[in-house]
Amino acid sequence: MIVDQIENGIVLDHIKAGYSMLIYNYLGLNDLDCTVAIIKNVKSSKMGKKDIIKIDSLIDINFDILGYIDANITVNVIRDGKLVKKQKLELPETLINVIKCKNPRCITSTEQELDQRFILTDKNEKTYRCAFCETASDSLKI
Amino acid sequence: MRHVLDITDLSVSEIEELINVAQDIIANPDDYREVCKHKKLATLFFEPSTRTRLSFEAAMLDLGGNVLGFSSANSSSSAKGESVADTVQTVSYYADIIAMRHPKEGAPLAASYVSNAPIINAGDGGHCHPTQTLTDLLTIYREKGHLSNMTIGFCGDLKFGRTVHSLVSALSRYEGFKFVFISPSELMMPSYVKANVLDKNGLSYIETESLTDVMPELDILYMTRVQGERFFNEEDYIRLRDKYILSPDKLINAKEDLAILHPLPRVNEIARSIDKDPRACYFKQVQNGKFIRMALIMKLLGLSK
Repeated sequence: MIVDQIENGIVLDHIKAGYSMLIYNYLGLNDLDCTVAIIKNVKSSKMGKKDIIKIDSLIDINFDILGYIDANITVNVIRDGKLVKKQKLELPETLINVIKCKNPRCITSTEQELDQRFILTDKNEKTYRCAFCETASDSLKI
Repeated sequence: MRHVLDITDLSVSEIEELINVAQDIIANPDDYREVCKHKKLATLFFEPSTRTRLSFEAAMLDLGGNVLGFSSANSSSSAKGESVADTVQTVSYYADIIAMRHPKEGAPLAASYVSNAPIINAGDGGHCHPTQTLTDLLTIYREKGHLSNMTIGFCGDLKFGRTVHSLVSALSRYEGFKFVFISPSELMMPSYVKANVLDKNGLSYIETESLTDVMPELDILYMTRVQGERFFNEEDYIRLRDKYILSPDKLINAKEDLAILHPLPRVNEIARSIDKDPRACYFKQVQNGKFIRMALIMKLLGLSK
């Protein structure tokens, strides 16, 4: 299968197989006017199978969301058909308005315009807790 | 500006300083009668409370200050749909310091983002209640003369008991505490408290359903109320409410210098006949609560005698 190379845009590579739609939704790529290609189950020597997303525009990417979903994703920035930057990701220390607190007793469930704020409390376990009530976030479901 | 939303917002040395000031207030109350003259404390209680609100108000009055505020959400603009942030920001223009209780967890943190006055969390749902923890620490210190090397048993609702979580967190920073958690399986200490506070600091603890078995080991027994308002299911509440009732026969094997603490209010978990036992310290806690709150108000306002 052939997907056109992009001239100016972003390629999200090394996405765990099956996670591309999750990323598509979290990053709000549905709202873009430009071409977006989701390529699933690409053969990979390192990963066995992987997903790739190609975005035909140099948009601002929320690296916190990507890092939260999978810090091993590679972000390739393409200008004039050439790779100009490879962005490495990290597990973000805080997540603002990325995930919602599930605790019905949390102030975020009722207070107007209060940011959903999560703090990384355990890097190894990838545990994020609500900054307000300390409830742990659910693990991501695809 | 400094807020106290969680007990860990205060360092061990700051807590020691507060305990020292509280002890001095107890010894020399007249020295503090005008420390907060012309200062105002706002008590914003979005849910009912007897002890905590009156304790804060008595503390400010004993420091020569004034108090204003409300004692239920119905008597504030939140009944009209006003946000916590707007209510607190408004009040913070009128008062020098705010003590706030709210049924939603994290409400004081949300308030701290917009407040122009220091905020003291006076209890946010099942989350934190730092001034109760300060009260507990002062009481333990006054009863035992130190804050180290003791075995403390927590009994009752350890799942929703915010005072328990905060006190465990506070005591984990002192030397040589052993923790015994006595509860039915439905109300056990949450795993995140065990993992983040106890396991992380290499502290030993025992979990049991039997209060009698562990009683001889305890230097401090911290009783709690099974809180009906934290349950979504009435049946569960009624079933668990009567699981642990401390009566004189249960103290037969207890140490002579055991200190029995309870954050109050109690329902039936401590028999009234225990009140006369010299080991009962829960009404001393009530008194200590006012003194440590006086010390905290002074600290956050940057005042001394």
